[in-house]
Amino acid sequence: MYKIAIMGESDSIYGFATLGLDTFPVDDPENAQRTLRNLAEGDYAVVYITEHCAQGIQNEIERYSEQKLPAIILLPGVSGNTGDGVRNVSKSVEQAVGSDIIFGGDKE
Amino acid sequence: MANKTVTATRMELTRLKRKLVTTRRGHKLLKDKRDELMRQFLSMVRDNMALRKKVEAGLHAANKNFVLAKSTMSEEAVNVAFMTPKQEVSLEVSEKNIMSVDIPVFEYRTRTSDPNDIYSYGFAFTSSDLDDAVKSLSDLLPDMLKLAETEKACQLMAAEIEKTRRRVNALEHVIIPETEAGIKMITMKLDENERSTQIRLMKVKDMLLEDAHHYSEREA
Repeated sequence: MYKIAIMGESDSIYGFATLGLDTFPVDDPENAQRTLRNLAEGDYAVVYITEHCAQGIQNEIERYSEQKLPAIILLPGVSGNTGDGVRNVSKSVEQAVGSDIIFGGDKE
Repeated sequence: MANKTVTATRMELTRLKRKLVTTRRGHKLLKDKRDELMRQFLSMVRDNMALRKKVEAGLHAANKNFVLAKSTMSEEAVNVAFMTPKQEVSLEVSEKNIMSVDIPVFEYRTRTSDPNDIYSYGFAFTSSDLDDAVKSLSDLLPDMLKLAETEKACQLMAAEIEKTRRRVNALEHVIIPETEAGIKMITMKLDENERSTQIRLMKVKDMLLEDAHHYSEREA
């Protein structure tokens, strides 16, 4: 049985506690990295992470992208959408095809 | 490419010919795999993008509600309201196999079956904006899980496609030409050997006949 975690700035994530997600407020990248590693080793199948929080720990997130679990998904936080989540999708298209042939056109 | 040293023997030739057949078959299979993976990936990644747009828009709206709610309530009141969550979500993970890529499939189960049983607080001391915010988040959860599933699948498939593409290219541009060159070299070498043996035999025969019949003396 797996659980779902969400990590990021506490302002962006506290609401998810009501849904039964486990919330992990983190502020600095170092802390975020440690938390993410703990979550990945624990029984979390999905880890949502705010874009702002993810910016400092790109490498750590990349490490899990080719593993089956956990799925690490970027979400926009309360401070606004940085577009990193959409960029990640484009990146996987680029990895597969060689260049972004689908979303390359409709970028802002 | 062809400067790899190949021992020119019949045994090596048979080995190379067999290798070429296997390589060709492998190349064809991998190419088919790549094409099919690509087809599935492209449709999945479109879904992924649509879901992401939807979730991001939903989150934006929910966050707005939360900010509104927080503005009318004290920090402590909000914290108290969320202190003991009522709902609990657990995930069941199974696997789906798309073209030999194992993709996780999530199935979530909530502790209480009533979808409206999400408010972990009494309504007396909280603003109604908070209710809206919680409700909008809760409506978003299925889509968020779907997003997690598709996005993970896309990442895994992208990695697999990249690997397969490399293999196809390596076979097509390195292994197959190299083997063909090796085969050609050995056949030419063997043919050359055969010709030289033939000429040597003819020469020896001439010499033997000359010894026996002394043609050149008779002509003179």
